Amino acid sequence: MSAPKPATEPTREEARIAPKPPLRRFHQARWDEQLIFELGTPGERGISVPAPEPEVREAVGDPAAALPAALRRSTPPALPELGQQQVLRHYLRLSQENLGADLNIDVGQGTCTMKYSPKVNDTFTRDPRVAALHPLQDASTVQGVLEILHRLEGLLKEISGMDRVSLQPAAGSSAIWTNVAMIRAYFAARGEAEERDEVITTSFSHPSNAACAKTAGYRVITLPPDADGYPDIEALRAAAGPRTAALLITNPEDTGIYNPRIAEFVRIVHEAGGLCAYDQANANGILGITRAREAGFDLCHFNLHKTFSTPHACGGPAAGACGVTEALAPYLPSPTVEFDGTDYRLEADRAESIGSVRPFYGVIPNLVRAYAWIMSLGAEGLRETAEIAVLNNNYLLAKVSAIHGVSVPYAQGRPRLEQVRYSWERLHDDTGVHSEEIGLRAADFGTHYWTSHHPYLVPEPMTLEPTESYSRADLDEYAAILTEVAREAYEDTGTVRTAPHRSTVHRTKEDTLESPATWAVTWRAYRRKILGESV
Amino acid sequence: MTATPPSGPAPRAAQAPHAHPYIPNSAPEVKRAMLEAIGAAGVEDFYADIPEELRLRRPLDLPAPLRSEAQLVRHVGGLLARNTSTREVLSFLGAGCYPHHVPAVVDEVVNRSEFLTAYAGEPYEDHGRFQAMWEYQSLMAELLAAEVVNVPVYDGFQAAGTALRMAGRCTGRARVLAVSDTGPDKLSKVVDYLRPEHQLVTVPVRADGRADLDAVRAELAAGDVAAVWAEAPGYAGLVDEGLPELGELAHAAGALYVVGCNPASLGVLAPPSSYGADIACGDIQPLGIHMSYGGGNAGFVATQDDERLVAEFPTRLFGLVPTAVEGEYGFGDVAFERTSFAVREEGKEWVGTAAALHGIAAGVYLSLMGPHGMRELGETVLARTAYAKQRLADVPGVAIPHADAVHFADFPVRFTGSRTAGEVNAALRERGIFGGAVRTDRDPREALYCVTETHTADDIDLLADTLKEIAQ
Repeated sequence: MSAPKPATEPTREEARIAPKPPLRRFHQARWDEQLIFELGTPGERGISVPAPEPEVREAVGDPAAALPAALRRSTPPALPELGQQQVLRHYLRLSQENLGADLNIDVGQGTCTMKYSPKVNDTFTRDPRVAALHPLQDASTVQGVLEILHRLEGLLKEISGMDRVSLQPAAGSSAIWTNVAMIRAYFAARGEAEERDEVITTSFSHPSNAACAKTAGYRVITLPPDADGYPDIEALRAAAGPRTAALLITNPEDTGIYNPRIAEFVRIVHEAGGLCAYDQANANGILGITRAREAGFDLCHFNLHKTFSTPHACGGPAAGACGVTEALAPYLPSPTVEFDGTDYRLEADRAESIGSVRPFYGVIPNLVRAYAWIMSLGAEGLRETAEIAVLNNNYLLAKVSAIHGVSVPYAQGRPRLEQVRYSWERLHDDTGVHSEEIGLRAADFGTHYWTSHHPYLVPEPMTLEPTESYSRADLDEYAAILTEVAREAYEDTGTVRTAPHRSTVHRTKEDTLESPATWAVTWRAYRRKILGESV
Repeated sequence: MTATPPSGPAPRAAQAPHAHPYIPNSAPEVKRAMLEAIGAAGVEDFYADIPEELRLRRPLDLPAPLRSEAQLVRHVGGLLARNTSTREVLSFLGAGCYPHHVPAVVDEVVNRSEFLTAYAGEPYEDHGRFQAMWEYQSLMAELLAAEVVNVPVYDGFQAAGTALRMAGRCTGRARVLAVSDTGPDKLSKVVDYLRPEHQLVTVPVRADGRADLDAVRAELAAGDVAAVWAEAPGYAGLVDEGLPELGELAHAAGALYVVGCNPASLGVLAPPSSYGADIACGDIQPLGIHMSYGGGNAGFVATQDDERLVAEFPTRLFGLVPTAVEGEYGFGDVAFERTSFAVREEGKEWVGTAAALHGIAAGVYLSLMGPHGMRELGETVLARTAYAKQRLADVPGVAIPHADAVHFADFPVRFTGSRTAGEVNAALRERGIFGGAVRTDRDPREALYCVTETHTADDIDLLADTLKEIAQ
């Protein structure tokens, strides 16, 4: 049925749609969704489970009856009861209330290397010939996946210059731990484990370098930045000595500044008899440009979920890769993947190995993705990745530096590589607005940012890392959002300080999270502690 | 059959004719304009701080790229074609990686872009993942009858290591007793993980596969034990009737009781907290996560809401909080100052990216299963395991060690005929069956076989009948 004919024909002007405003009028999904425990009705079922066949029941009866009562569950777990579509709907609503990297211009999560994770690579991981492989299958039935692991090791050896690479670590910090465990084993084999009980790292290296070293039993020495933001070389000279087991260092550090004296750092530690491990979490701007090998490192690690494109998955599963020189190779986790020219096999008989750092061989789906990603780029593409990541960063640096209230601490006039740690100190001094609040207001425009690891050496920090994935238009839009929020901070401070306004939820009352009387890590604890129910 | 031989060199690609699809600003005109906009002569300007002696002045020696998606699919497809998946055969492999059914809804949710590609946003723009993760913690808490469950660690090995170090920090004591039959790789990881602070003492299990309570009592006598670590079930699937008593022994000696468990069993087996565990830990791979050649792990650690224990968690713990608006659920980090994110090496162990999405997967799984689904899952696995033990025990040349015990999913099989377990496996493979995991750590005649709800009685009968032909 068509509408009644109007008395006069509409004009072209009436049909014209105005151009979009410069900034998008975003509003995040707000389903006002309940907790899963508040949904469903007893008796509803989300999925049916196969029951034992009658002959099985007849043959075995109730096997649990053989157990003492204390080992049999007496009351069923108080899980919700929902139909299948109701479960799906709940979680799809939650997914819509989440801002994935596929949906926003995710340059604001500096140090995390948020890049496009190609969809085609996900199709490989869902293939049953990856997803439904059991890790203890005979090697003859998994030659394809073993070949991928072997080839990926070869690619990463060339990219890092190291002699062997383990793909077993579960993530970046797991790889740092693996490197520290190898360092410990190396000195133990030389009878120097007791004497060498210190690890040196830097303030702008990831906190896990310090924390893993401490967990491994080392005393941690942290080099502060000098006036230009470089780790203080005099502090290193003072720290290095017979107690030094290793230097764990990132370069470029989380400031995006490349330390040109890195080879000297390595030399100082080597002269003191220590080892050097390169945290390559920030490798995205230097692929094919410079390598761990040339700088003299003994060990390095990559975060495959950062530089090598595997998705970040809300915080993992990720994947780490540890590269080592020949001298450290005996200590690599077991098993390794070996190739005899015909067949691929797993080698676990390695006397000096630190053993398993996780079950089986690594986070296989992400290793497959990383392999495919490198193969889609090749040497030229990896170099282009680095160069465009660095170009994007310096382009955004020019735009963001022009925003009133922003400053770029350290190494004035020097270029940055793949990221920049900015400071809103001036804006804060002028307006009282904190960096976190600017980040929350940015969420009202469909993006976000992350400040910095703790402690905040840069006051009111903001860390931006525009990887190669973002177009010039993306970068312009991101800079325009920051420009607008900074303007608001000066002219409409209240709006920024009470943000977000167009997000799923409003400002939380966080103080309850610090008190044992009020924190509620689970529904069970919330019901007992806050609602006063007996559970 | 593939155009690209999997082991051969990749095909030569032509020079890049256009921007790479993953790198929009590699379009030459865009790149030029951007350089111009910021007054740079070229990208080399940005690398000025890298000394010449550190520059790699040659291209990386890598295979030629497969720039088109079509080429890439063909190449990787060629490699994957050399794998035989457990869907194509009948597999009885378990031993720490379990072939449970993964509901389609779980895959649908975890493959959503919003979850798959998110990382570390605030509880506003990332409200959804905070709620889904908090619900995971809460659902696991119901299963475990615990009040605190962490954001997942990497895997069950890491969970065991962390649970034991937590116990060590709580008690200030040096030794840890491993009293169950634990897999060699897990033991290797845990020993190495504890080494800097603790000595792990393995108390061998008795000949009947159960923990040696007398030996445990003797080890506890010195009063320097931080934790008694048991597993329910153990590596070979055995559910030890002595589990409650081990807790009593630990507590009497001032030690904490740490129990590793398979969460898929908890619809029928008691949660560890109910028989005295202070800390429960384990791997959630059985809860709706694909095996992926051993790549699908995530670990949990659970306690009651005891301030002293909560303070020792290294990982993030999400908490439920009010917002400025009535009736709105907000989320945030509980006691963040515990973590290395907050205070670097002064935190507990470390925290970093681990296995969050697997937590969401397990949450969806438990939501689908509900209390009845978990009970039925447990009953079916127990029944099938018992049935498989019975059927195999009847096969000449096969013995079932500890047959009197209750086993969950895994159970030991001993070949008493002329073939080792590996040789039996080779013969089974020719018949389209993957036999159990050979216990190379112990006895080449022994293997761990595994059945779950995905194995039918017919599958088990087929295994038994096939073994009759080859096991003698």
